[in-house]
Amino acid sequence: MQVQTHVDINSEWGIVAARQAGRKLAREIGFGSVDQARITTAISELARNIYLYANKGQIYIEEVSNANKRGVKITAIDQGPGIKDVRKVMEDGFTTSGGLGAGLPGVRRLMDDFTIDSEVNNGTTISAIKWLR
Amino acid sequence: MRIPILKLRDYLLISVQVELDDKTALQFQEDVLSKIHEEGSRGVVIDLTSVEMIDSFIAKVLGDVVDMSNLMGAKVVLTGIQPPVAITLIDMGIMLEDVPTALDLEQGLDRLQLELEG
Ligand SMILES: Nc1ncnc2c1ncn2[C@@H]1O[C@H](COP(=O)(O)OP(=O)(O)OP(=O)(O)O)[C@@H](O)[C@H]1O
Ligand SMILES: [Mg+2]
Repeated sequence: MQVQTHVDINSEWGIVAARQAGRKLAREIGFGSVDQARITTAISELARNIYLYANKGQIYIEEVSNANKRGVKITAIDQGPGIKDVRKVMEDGFTTSGGLGAGLPGVRRLMDDFTIDSEVNNGTTISAIKWLR
Repeated sequence: MRIPILKLRDYLLISVQVELDDKTALQFQEDVLSKIHEEGSRGVVIDLTSVEMIDSFIAKVLGDVVDMSNLMGAKVVLTGIQPPVAITLIDMGIMLEDVPTALDLEQGLDRLQLELEG
């Protein structure tokens, strides 16, 4: 059976809980320490973005597989303000909160597959997969 | 959660042993600065050997601690950054360029000495 877990993000503690859940699953699936750190960091970025920009949402963490590989998939869902210019927020250094603007472009590089779906006033769904090599 | 700060002569030594949530990280930033002020410290070593993950927020807090301490006249050296953390930071495009680093606490103290003499 494949594992799926989700963490509600509505406080700073949710960010910590989500990354701990992600590290645990990544370790169980067999990821090495570098990929565990990549997956945990990606979760932390997505969870913090939910908390900062949408106040609340969920992080889903699940094992995925296809014919010849296994991996971990992170899905971040919120019903917040959405993102007007998706291309812009994927640029290194773009931030509306005085951050480093490293979160979203970072997640894309840390993970293998990355999709972002956002509608203004309706919310944002971002998913990312890391495959086990 | 508060991170203990030890004093050794002119220096402050800090070993981060807890999972860094956002509040703890910001509290830490504040504590380091007030301790530098209270003790008149000239140098600070922050050891990150036990830290398993540094994301953009924590990286920013650490970079800011270094800049703020510099403004106050104290040098900060970061030590013990683990290989997975270093790799992840570079993947993220976070270089912490002007931040002095060293392999471990001992070399961190040597590095401080150099920074302060130079
Ligand atoms: N879930 C979201 N809902 C609405 N806007 C978002 C969401 N996530 C990101 N954004 C927007 O995209 C911008 C870029 O996000 P990114 O995570 O790359 O950087 P940051 O959060 O500003 O800084 P950092 O992550 O480096 O601390 C944010 O400043 C914000 O405007
Ligand atoms: Mg962010």
